[in-house]
Amino acid sequence: MTETVDRKAPAGEMVLSLRGISKSFGAVSALTDIDLDVHAGEVVALVGDNGAGKSTLVKTLAGVHQPTAGTITFRGQPVTMTDPSAALNLGIATVFQDLALCENLDVVANIFLGRELKPMQLDETAMEVRSWTLLNELSARIPSVRIPIASLSGGQRQTVAIARSLLLEPKLILLDEPTAALGVAQTAEVLNLIERVRDRGLGVIMISHNMEDVRAVADRIVVLRLGRNNGVFYPDATNQELVGAITGAVDNSVTRREERRHAEQQLSEGGQP
Amino acid sequence: MTGNVKDNALPATMLDRSDERLKHEAGIGGAVRAFIDRVRSGDLGSLPVVVGLALIWTVFASLNPIFLSSNNLVNLLFDCSTVGVIALGIVCVLMVGEIDLSVGSISGFASAIVGTLWVNQGWPVALAILAAVAVGGLIGSLYALLYNRLGMPSFVATLSGLLAVLGMQLYILGSTGSINLPYGSAMVNFGQMLVMPRLLAHVLAAVPGVVMLATGIRTISRRREANLSAPSLGSIVLRAVATTLVLEIIVLYLNQDRGIPWMFGLFVGLVMLMNYALTRTQWGRSMTAVGGNREAARRAGINVRRIYASAFVLCSMLAALGGVLSASRLASASQQAGTGDVNLNAIAAAVIGGTSLFGGRGNAYSALLGIIVIQSIANGLTLLDLSSSLRYMITGGVLAIAVIVDSLARRSRVSHGRA
Repeated sequence: MTETVDRKAPAGEMVLSLRGISKSFGAVSALTDIDLDVHAGEVVALVGDNGAGKSTLVKTLAGVHQPTAGTITFRGQPVTMTDPSAALNLGIATVFQDLALCENLDVVANIFLGRELKPMQLDETAMEVRSWTLLNELSARIPSVRIPIASLSGGQRQTVAIARSLLLEPKLILLDEPTAALGVAQTAEVLNLIERVRDRGLGVIMISHNMEDVRAVADRIVVLRLGRNNGVFYPDATNQELVGAITGAVDNSVTRREERRHAEQQLSEGGQP
Repeated sequence: MTGNVKDNALPATMLDRSDERLKHEAGIGGAVRAFIDRVRSGDLGSLPVVVGLALIWTVFASLNPIFLSSNNLVNLLFDCSTVGVIALGIVCVLMVGEIDLSVGSISGFASAIVGTLWVNQGWPVALAILAAVAVGGLIGSLYALLYNRLGMPSFVATLSGLLAVLGMQLYILGSTGSINLPYGSAMVNFGQMLVMPRLLAHVLAAVPGVVMLATGIRTISRRREANLSAPSLGSIVLRAVATTLVLEIIVLYLNQDRGIPWMFGLFVGLVMLMNYALTRTQWGRSMTAVGGNREAARRAGINVRRIYASAFVLCSMLAALGGVLSASRLASASQQAGTGDVNLNAIAAAVIGGTSLFGGRGNAYSALLGIIVIQSIANGLTLLDLSSSLRYMITGGVLAIAVIVDSLARRSRVSHGRA
């Protein structure tokens, strides 16, 4: 397990601190004894193989699942989140992997869902203006905010979901695979956005399978494996170290593949003269 | 505010007109083209029911000219109001993608409660009505409890409710079997005779147009201020004038006979109130969201259980109110009240009017349009002296067509990305 020691001190005060979080679904332990710290102005990347428990952890922090054991400390206070609105009210915003948008509602209605202005006489004009402001900040390419989500592409939906998470000016943003469905320009915009959010002093937790994106923005990389902590890395860690922690061994399918290709290459070079 | 300031005068600066791929339809011709586009992609709205209604009326009018006489149409409006109020409640539960099969029994039970408390026990009539509606609300909260806490599908919960509530209705009516409500009392007059004064009816018919104009002008100025594109003043004036003209002609025609029943006025008032609640309040937005994607609504922080509860309670209360209205229409509370086709007529009305059985799509006006279709069929066939056997078959056929149109339009919406 590689831990580089003398890193620069984390940017700000502790926003979120998890100690011993476990979550089991029946006989399956999805999470076991997870510890995680996020400071203000810090991007923490959560990486791991499929089924490592990344999404479960994010859903636990979003109030969708309740942990079986362990404590969550948010801004110095121990908290329990019984439902998603509790998390939202605390200042934890989440962009879920499945985006959780209502396809039959338009973009404005989705962005403001559950947070409408003037509940007894909806202020559509103000909500539309705010939606455009949020979307323009993300350089979104959305033709109209008055069309139902069903008519948007995957990337456009992702942008809407991210715009929605920013609406409440949260203290901590959880992004579950924020760039998975995005094009080149949108990916760059989202990465820029993550940096902008961090510079405003917010904590960010980001799940991604894309090591390039992770290295580009993460301040720390937390590896999960089979529902357990499997090391904390910094962006300058080698690919081999990261892959080793993710798959659980230095000798794994990725390195074996590398070695095989290397050997084949040498063989073909050797056969030349 | 001048109508000739065109939206495209400042194209680059408007917040919602910066994307060059978006087609901007301006003016009245553009509105018509946008409408045709919408219909083609399966976003039919109220179009099928309006076309169907025109068809039904043409057929019946050609078979028997009395059908379109103002006298008959006033009767039609009286008949519409009772089941229409029940259908309005059905719209609520359909919006969240659930169903209430017991509305007929609840309406019958409510009429029995009013009969017993008012006639037999000597309660003041208003108190008896309140009690009946409150009992309806209790039944609705029981359904909400079964659905939210015990995970019982609303289909089954309300199906057992259908039997249980019918049993309670028979129980409190006892051996007598039916209670006659006194003729000449305010409640029976309300259900059988009371109509609006002519002038008042004309004034009320002008209200929607005025409101459309006022809110339209307010929207234009607010959107202009916020640098958003706004509809042209001309199109709003046109819509307001057209609406007012149509309503005034209807009122004029019905005033040839007795006039607009107060009971129908109550029904339309409830429909408009529900329309406002569904489209312009946070509650209505949450209802649509829950019907469209329950999990997304939950993750957005909406209290999904409370939304379901409000839908079930509102539906049962409106069913009870509908039962009270039909008791006043029939001047009796009997064992037959609320049985037979009341249940399915109410559900069919909401669906025929364009509220989707799949949830998340519909509007309050579908109850009004749908019940007019169903009562027109019943009324027309009665005028032709045809038996109820034929009426059931035809209503069943119309319901089937409505559901087919709903499913086909849904498929088309999905393929056109309008879901």
